[in-house]
Parts: sequence; C-alpha cells; structure tokens
Amino acid sequence: MGAAIMDFARQGRPTGGASLTLRNATIGYDRHPALHHLSASFPAGSMTAVVGPNGAGKSTLLKAAIGHIRPIGGEIHVSGCRRTEIAYLPQLSEIDRTFPLPVFDFVAMGLWQRRGAFGGFRRDDDEDVARALAGVGLVGFEQRPLDTLSGGQLQRVLFARLSLQDAPLILLDEPFTAVDDRTIGELMDLIDRWNAEGRTVVAVLHDLELVRRRFQRTLLIARRLIAEGATADVLTAENLAAARRHIEAWDEAAPFCEAEPAP
Amino acid sequence: MTAADLLAAFSDFAFMRRALAGCLVLSVAAAPVGVFLMLRRLSLTGDAMAHAILPGVAAGYLLAGLNLWAMTAGGLAAGLAIALMASAVTRLTPLREDASLATLYLVSLALGVILISARGSAVDVMHLLFGSVLAIDDTALVFIGIVASITVLAFAVMWRPLVLECVDPGFLKAVGGRGAIIHVAFMLVMVLNLIAGFQALGTLLSVGLMMLPAASARFWTRSLGAMTALAMAFAALSSVAGLTASFAANLPSGPAIIVAAGILYALSVAFGPTGGLIARLRPARHRTG
Repeated sequence: MGAAIMDFARQGRPTGGASLTLRNATIGYDRHPALHHLSASFPAGSMTAVVGPNGAGKSTLLKAAIGHIRPIGGEIHVSGCRRTEIAYLPQLSEIDRTFPLPVFDFVAMGLWQRRGAFGGFRRDDDEDVARALAGVGLVGFEQRPLDTLSGGQLQRVLFARLSLQDAPLILLDEPFTAVDDRTIGELMDLIDRWNAEGRTVVAVLHDLELVRRRFQRTLLIARRLIAEGATADVLTAENLAAARRHIEAWDEAAPFCEAEPAP
Repeated sequence: MTAADLLAAFSDFAFMRRALAGCLVLSVAAAPVGVFLMLRRLSLTGDAMAHAILPGVAAGYLLAGLNLWAMTAGGLAAGLAIALMASAVTRLTPLREDASLATLYLVSLALGVILISARGSAVDVMHLLFGSVLAIDDTALVFIGIVASITVLAFAVMWRPLVLECVDPGFLKAVGGRGAIIHVAFMLVMVLNLIAGFQALGTLLSVGLMMLPAASARFWTRSLGAMTALAMAFAALSSVAGLTASFAANLPSGPAIIVAAGILYALSVAFGPTGGLIARLRPARHRTG
C-alpha cells in the first residue's frame, strides 16, 4: 500500500479527473453509421467493459474518442485531459517488429508527453521505464529486439508503454486476443491498479466470463445502445439476444435516417 | 604501381583531393538516409526519386548550361514536387505510396526525355545520368558541404519522431506527433542528398551511395546507431577504394565507387554475423534458456 501511494505521488499528476461522454453520437464510414445515435458516459475514475457482437461499433467508439474518426452527428466529449493525452491500445497495431529497436527504447516512447520529440532522458526516466517493465514481468528483456518477442510478451511490452504514458483515460481495444490465461490475469491486475490510481479505463472485450468477474460496469452495444450500467444487470440473456438481433446485414441502399434526435 | 603511388594520386592532383573530400562528406550524409529508407522498406523509393530528379536537372541544364545552381534548382523542384505529390496521393487516396510514386516518376522521366531530346545530345544525357567525380569543382564541394550539414542537423532534430514513425505510426498519431510532417521532411532530406550526389555520381548512381552501404551494415549489427555509423564507414571506404581504382585502372569514377560498395555488400551478405549466409548455415550453439 505504501509503495502504491509513493508511486502515485511520484507521477505527480492529479489523476481521476478524466471522463468520456457521447451525446447522441452517430459515427460511421462512408455515411453508413457504425454507431447510431449513441448516448453513453464513462465517468471519471470508472472502469467499464464495452461488449457487443462483431460489427457492433466497439472499435469505432474508441477511435472516435481519440479523434481518429469525426462523428457524423452528435458529439463526443472528453473532459479532464487533452485528446493526445489519452492512452490508446489499438486492436491491430501497425508496429513494424522488424525495426531494430530494443524493448527498452520502445517502452520509453510512452514518455512522449513528458519528453516530447527532443527532450533528453534523465535518470528518473530510465528508472520509470525499468519500473514499467518490472510491472509487466519483463525484467531482463530491456535489450531484446522486438521481433524476438512472443505474442504475449509483445502485449506486456505494450502495457508497459501504456503505464508510462501516465494517462488519466485509458482505452483498450481487445487487449487479450491471442494471450494466455496467466498473462490475462496479470495484465488485468495491472488494469485494476491503474483504476485504483484514479484512472478511467474503457476496455473492449469479447470474453463475457472475464467481464463478469472483473468489471463492475458494462456497456452493451450493437450499433446502438442496448444496455448500460452494472455488469450483472447488463449481461442478461435478454439483452444479449437483443444485441444479436440488432446486427443486421450491411445494406448499401439503406434509407437515410429520419429519426428525431433522441432527447 | 605501389600503394604509395596510389596514395600519391591524392596528394599530387587537386581534382583527386576534391573528389575524395566530396565523396567522404557525401558518405556521412547519405548513409543515415539510406538506413532509414531501408528500414522503412522504401529502398526503391530512393531509386524512383533519382529518376524523378533527372528531368528537373535536364531542364536546368537546357536553360542555363552546365551551371550547378540552375541544375540543382531544377532537380530540387522536380524531386520535391514528386515527393509531395506522392505523399499527398498516398495519404488522401487508397493508393499505396509505391504505386503513386511509380506513376509520378514515370511521367516525370518521360517529360525529362522529351526535354532533352528537344535540345541536347547523347553526351549530355550520359553526363547527367552518370556524373563525373572528377568534375567536382569548389562550388560543388561547397554545395555538398551545405547539404551534409543540413542532413546531419535534420537527423539530430527528427531522430526520435522518425524512429517512432517507422516503428509504430499509429502511436505517434495518437500522442499528437506530426507523422506527415516528419515524412515530408525526411523525403526532402533524401532529395537534397540525391542532388548533392548527382554531380559526382550522376542522378542514377547517387542513390547507390545511400542504399548499398546501408544494406551492407544491416548484416553486421542489430543496433540502429551502430548500423548508421557502419553505413557511413562503408560508404567512405567504397569512396576511397573506388576513386583509387578509377585512378589506377582509368575507370569511370562514379561506377567504380558503386562497384566497390557492391563488393562490400557481397562480402556482408556472405560473412555478416546477423543474417549473413555463412552465419545462417553454421549451426549455432544454443543456450539453455
């Protein structure tokens, strides 16, 4: 406990202030909405799982939150931090693992907000990187090139970089695909620690058992809101069936939406 | 002819000294460009840009004769126009960079040939394509020096974002880094180096002093810094060896330098410890964990 408080003080940032709110947001590609008139909120300091069938718009939601996709309608509001301060783990990262960069240097890029493009690295920074690597169980991997890592090890490296970003809002897009149970358990503990430090966490997940065990809040979507709230109330058989029903086939000639914006 | 005679070539003849100085400075500047081109899988982009520069250089030559600044301005304008247009097409349309670059440089090359054939001779074309190390004058040396200084400075400034743009462009975008600007700045530095090289090596071969040492260095180390330093050393070594051979055997100097770099590359492919053929064939002892 003492160590955790020390850590918190070291980071020097008053976390626990960042929240994400969608108000009647319609987000999509090529005028076809992937998310239709969605209102949802992720309060400061909350930890929420985003669940839904394939094509429900889960990844789209996160991409819109960091500003990579602009909503067609409605608004997406981030308060408590700037958009570029959000830590985001994409589902398919574009990492070029053949690039000759050791794990240490790769993880150190999480300090971008602190050091920017040109700032020199201090001894503190080196210690922080080492601590982040230790936090994901990768002590001794500092000089390993990226292309020698297994899938689970790379995921741990990405989590180490995320924790260095010291972000008040953390968005994870299916962080546990192709990762074994032990790694999932350890990375979930890390996510819990982030949340305990007051950071807001949003994670897109497919494993409903994991969501029931580890997440108190859940958002269930299927191109629109199905249910939002306490996990036990959201992940009911009726809600899940409703979500499945709402994923219709892509209709190239779908009529334009005439719906009154929801109040 | 002894080794002393060969060294005397550099002390006796001013044109050899200038050629050596020019090529050594060029080696320091071009090598890091080549390393990043290789690591970004843009090796052929350098080649395409070298072709794209030709018509600009030719236009400068036709307008002002063998004037370094006119040809440089022409080449710079053509190279930048192609690089920017290719980047714009890549970022704004679904077409990939290699395809957009190929289309643009083919058109550019065709325009260049039309330009030259309108006025000019085969000798002119040969000079522009393959250059002449022995024609490096003081103006050309100054220009090479300026380009090398800009290049070293540019890499010092953009090293970190450039590495990040190569390894994980999505992350750079998410933290608010300007990947597009870094990419354009890098392309600009590459074009400058191609133009600095064309006096000595010609528009077609100046890309050789970038790519061959970089590709060779890849076989000797996995560290980015060491790779860059090694590429510079290989480029410098090729320059000295090529110039010496061209003096001793009366060979055209540009191609001699590139062939020397090619020999270094072949040796690296064979004997390099990281991925070289012999290292790969020999069964390595493995550790217990």
